[in-house]
Amino acid sequence: MTEKKIRVLVAKPGLDGHDRGAKVVARALRDAGMEVIYTGLRQTPEMIAEAALQEDVDVVGLSILSGAHMALAPRILELLKANGQEHIKVFIGGIVPDDDAPKLREMGIAGIYGPGASTEEIIRDIREAVK
Amino acid sequence: MLTQPILEGNRLALSRLLTQVENDSPEGRDALAELFPHTGKAHLIGVTGAPGTGKSSLVNQLTLHYRKEKNKKVAIIAVDPSSPFTGGAVLGDRVRMRDLSGDDGVFIRSMATRGSVGGLAQKTAAFVQVFDAAGYEIIIIETVGAGQSEVDIARLAHTTIVVEAPGLGDDIQAIKAGILEIADVLVVNKADRPGVENTERALRSTLELAHPTKRVVHHHGRMMKVDVTPSRSPERSEGAAKGLAHQAGDSSPSSTVQNDKDIWIPPIIKTISTEGIGIPELAKAIEEHKFHLHQSGDWSARDRARLRSELDAVLQEALMSRFLTGAHRDEYEEALEKVIRRDMSPYEAARILLNGKMK
Ligand SMILES: Nc1nc2c(ncn2[C@@H]2O[C@H](COP(=O)(O)OP(=O)(O)OP(=O)(O)O)[C@@H](O)[C@H]2O)c(=O)[nH]1
Ligand SMILES: [Mg+2]
Repeated sequence: MTEKKIRVLVAKPGLDGHDRGAKVVARALRDAGMEVIYTGLRQTPEMIAEAALQEDVDVVGLSILSGAHMALAPRILELLKANGQEHIKVFIGGIVPDDDAPKLREMGIAGIYGPGASTEEIIRDIREAVK
Repeated sequence: MLTQPILEGNRLALSRLLTQVENDSPEGRDALAELFPHTGKAHLIGVTGAPGTGKSSLVNQLTLHYRKEKNKKVAIIAVDPSSPFTGGAVLGDRVRMRDLSGDDGVFIRSMATRGSVGGLAQKTAAFVQVFDAAGYEIIIIETVGAGQSEVDIARLAHTTIVVEAPGLGDDIQAIKAGILEIADVLVVNKADRPGVENTERALRSTLELAHPTKRVVHHHGRMMKVDVTPSRSPERSEGAAKGLAHQAGDSSPSSTVQNDKDIWIPPIIKTISTEGIGIPELAKAIEEHKFHLHQSGDWSARDRARLRSELDAVLQEALMSRFLTGAHRDEYEEALEKVIRRDMSPYEAARILLNGKMK
């Protein structure tokens, strides 16, 4: 029997710019032995939830630089739940003001990482969260 | 029944079962057994070719076509390689398939190769069965052309599309005869790029070299001219038939008509998949190939060959594991040591193990 792989959806919701950061994280997760489904730029919450459903992922990683995290995060959590996938751990990478972080955690976001966070930290937290 | 929700179209249940199947769990196996009687209806289309030729973009457009024009349910299995060092993978094909989101008639599943080639073929076959039973009429399997895996996938598919593109060092040497042998339809994508004609020409001459002899053996020792009904498919057969006609050496109408259903010469279709150009023509060629498979009896022949190799693979695995769980484990290890010391060849060892005379 094959060992169970951690499957992670990496998505970039919102309309802002580039996905360099998301790609760096995607590769780091791959190098940590995870299977990363990369969906690219400008994903709507609906697209993200649909992809998470089809891919049966354990984790969704969101790269949000636009400042729209307070709108996007609850919407995505809600859609995952509606699909019967409330077990999925959702992580956010990007620029999140200190005031917002506790609120996001309250909503059920499993981890929040600023531009200075190390990929090792993210990998460790993901492994811990899906145990 | 465990699998009732899948037969009823529950997407979460379907998705979870794919994971079970991928991890080869006992639940997965039981569910596959239940679903199996519901399979055998879908048209399996393999899409392969070198990295970056535009396979995912093409799958995206082709699926849009099947949704809009034919209202067929489409499942896509997008296979990408796992890293041999870490076992991880970045599966990026969905990036080019965003047009398909929000449509319940489409299901896209990404899959990493995870180690063994044989294992991949087996798992892909199992995925196909799940989608087939769940009522997906078209199942498209995208793989990166890189050796054995696409040959295995081609064996699985009814119709295999090989995608080439200009500007990838695409002179004659780069277009390998091997990959053309598995092609039922050839696509020259990125037809908006310079060098399309060269790619097309290279394909055509490789086709001439690679195809006829193979096909002749398989088709009663005769090479036929396929273009007997030009009205049905002008662009498709024109080029291929032109290139092959002189080798065919037979254009007597009666025998051509009599035998043309047995012969399939891969058409070459030019596409610009970012814009959807050439997609209706591609869909038509696929449809014609399906028709050909039914006409010639190849559809059931392929089905038979596929299920046979599936059965053989499962049987081999089962026999092996039964053998090893019997009293033979120690004897096996002992024999292996002897082989390693060069005291015995693998053949001798196998013979002795099977005769139970190791001691
Ligand atoms: N100019 C042009 N570019 C295209 C065409 N089709 C695809 N592309 C581009 O080619 C690149 C690769 O396209 P994909 O569809 O991802 O190719 P692929 O073969 O699936 O790639 P891998 O899965 O990585 O092997 C993308 O940047 C596409 O936008 C085309 O017809 N013309
Ligand atoms: Mg691709």
